[in-house]
Amino acid sequence: MITPGQWRIETVREIIQRLKSKPGALLPVLHAVQEYIGHIPDNVVPIIADEMLLTRAEVHGVISFYAHFRNHPTGKHIVEICRAEACQSVGCRQLEEHAKNTLNIDYQQTTDCGSITLEPVYCLGNCATGPSIRINDDIHGRVTPERFDELMENCRQRLQEAG
Amino acid sequence: MSIKIFVPCDTTARSLGADQIATLIQAEALSRGIDISLIRNGSRGLFWLEPLIEVETENGRLGFGPVTQNDVNTLFEQNFHQGQTQHALCVGLVEQIPYLKNQQRLTFSRSGITDPLSLQDYLNHDGYAGLENALIMTGQQIVDEVKTSGLRGRGGAAFPTGIKWQTVLDTPGEQKYIVCNADEGDSGTFADRLVMECDPFMLIEGMTIAGLAVGATQGYIYLRSEYPIAHHILNKAIETAYQQGYLGSNIRGSQKQFDLEVRLGAGAYICGEETSLLDSLEGKRGLVRAKPPLPAIVGLFGKPTVVNNVLSLAAIPYILDKGGQAYADYGVGRSRGTMPIQLAGNVKNGGLVELAFGIPLNKLMNEFGGGTRSGRPLKAVQVGGPLGSYLPESQWHTVIDYEAFSSEQAVLGHGGVVMFDDSVDMGDQARFAMEFCTVESCGKCTPCRIGSTRGVEVIDRIRAGERPDNNWQLLEDLCDTMVDGSLCAMGSMTPIPVKSVMKFFPDELRHGRQE
Repeated sequence: MITPGQWRIETVREIIQRLKSKPGALLPVLHAVQEYIGHIPDNVVPIIADEMLLTRAEVHGVISFYAHFRNHPTGKHIVEICRAEACQSVGCRQLEEHAKNTLNIDYQQTTDCGSITLEPVYCLGNCATGPSIRINDDIHGRVTPERFDELMENCRQRLQEAG
Repeated sequence: MSIKIFVPCDTTARSLGADQIATLIQAEALSRGIDISLIRNGSRGLFWLEPLIEVETENGRLGFGPVTQNDVNTLFEQNFHQGQTQHALCVGLVEQIPYLKNQQRLTFSRSGITDPLSLQDYLNHDGYAGLENALIMTGQQIVDEVKTSGLRGRGGAAFPTGIKWQTVLDTPGEQKYIVCNADEGDSGTFADRLVMECDPFMLIEGMTIAGLAVGATQGYIYLRSEYPIAHHILNKAIETAYQQGYLGSNIRGSQKQFDLEVRLGAGAYICGEETSLLDSLEGKRGLVRAKPPLPAIVGLFGKPTVVNNVLSLAAIPYILDKGGQAYADYGVGRSRGTMPIQLAGNVKNGGLVELAFGIPLNKLMNEFGGGTRSGRPLKAVQVGGPLGSYLPESQWHTVIDYEAFSSEQAVLGHGGVVMFDDSVDMGDQARFAMEFCTVESCGKCTPCRIGSTRGVEVIDRIRAGERPDNNWQLLEDLCDTMVDGSLCAMGSMTPIPVKSVMKFFPDELRHGRQE
């Protein structure tokens, strides 16, 4: 992922052209664009549609169908809390409450400092050692409220170090 | 000779700090001048012991767990690397741990033993023996072997795998596909993840054999995006398989072709439904298709397609190596072979238990699971994911067998067992079942899309004491409508957990949990 706002339209076209000949290429293209920019801005939709001979409606329809595709920027760290039953049985409802209260945001929102975006997730496959959360690509198990606070503090510090 | 130390690399071990522990062990060994060789093995699936560090000794592999970063120093102080057993975290020889010793691991025989990315390790442990056999068999012979095994779809639908393959084999087509459903979205399940993270070549081998059987030259693994580690490991393993001639246009010099690619989902539970998965693979919204036509006849890009769960395909190498009958010798009734059960939720000893069909649920939860993690009494168990029934104590004698679960109006599904202690409010659970459906419905059919929203509302009214008897009747009618009128299992099975709460915990649904 690059610095927010620094993406180049030529690079987006290159990404699409590299992948578009795959059968059923739209999801791979969207993943690659999101990995590059951090989200899929609305003004990229016509470019994807144009390159792939799809309508804008089709591209928008796919982006909006899938929970992991976003058309808006996120904070530096995406924090997903598992809401599914196995984590419920070991206290994820309390963890959710704690997270929302301490970060002072709801799901799909970003903290004022821009460090953390909170998202729900339905199962991380870590169901014998819940409650589980995912921070970017790292999954954490047995996350108590105290452990959650430590992890969030690490996120904030990393943001500060990065300036 | 350097000492072999094993630190698991699967998601669960890493979620509890395995990476940091591996780094610390390397550093500690270096500073002490001890020559070690650190191997990132898969997980044994004994998750309550993770991170489970193993040391190779003359007598076998000695385990220490659950290890934290703070334990690394004392492990060395007490000479764990020399096979000393006095450290408090020593669990003895890993293969003697009853939890593991008392299993019947056919599919998971290598899990935790090997380095998942070492093809040589895989070959040294019976890997690719099934493919070697399959390469000199006809497609029909392979399909017959799978039919003999009695294997049924492990994703949850339990359709006989051999019959599905026969349909694809018999359907003429220039291009056919093998699609692996790795969209393991059911809460309480992680067996697919373990296969992919701990023994990826087994899945690659199973898919290659499936391709040979039905005449398909292209395979796709549709993997959920919630599994980043599995994604990384699968891609590495596929790369190695190509380099070593186990994938590509001339598999092991046989002139036979099979290509394989991982495709990522994007956070949609419904894409675990096979027709929705196919639409997603085609680059569309994951909308469910009406059946017929069956995917076996009109599947991916309109071509004949085998769609199988990870565990179904992972069972294939054993079947082709040891024979279908060897697999069928395990099990009961029409449920043949072994079932990887996943003990999850509020469980003391959570993890993977692979056993022949026929073991009672309560034996699994007590003898293997050791009861609840909280130590409070067990109250309800949800088996088979978010669309599975909540079983009260009166049903815990049910044996692991597709038909036995059906006769209790429950489902075995993908084998997830989520345990709840007595602090659970079953009204919350019934409501969540409907809420989950509102979030994850593909929206194509009305009973699922609208029914689930109305379901949440009606349950809220019952819980608020608003005309409870009328709303109770309304909820029953709504459940029936969803069961009868939905296009796929998402809408038609969402009522299963709701109805189980209505039947077994009616007071709690009406009045809330009483202390």
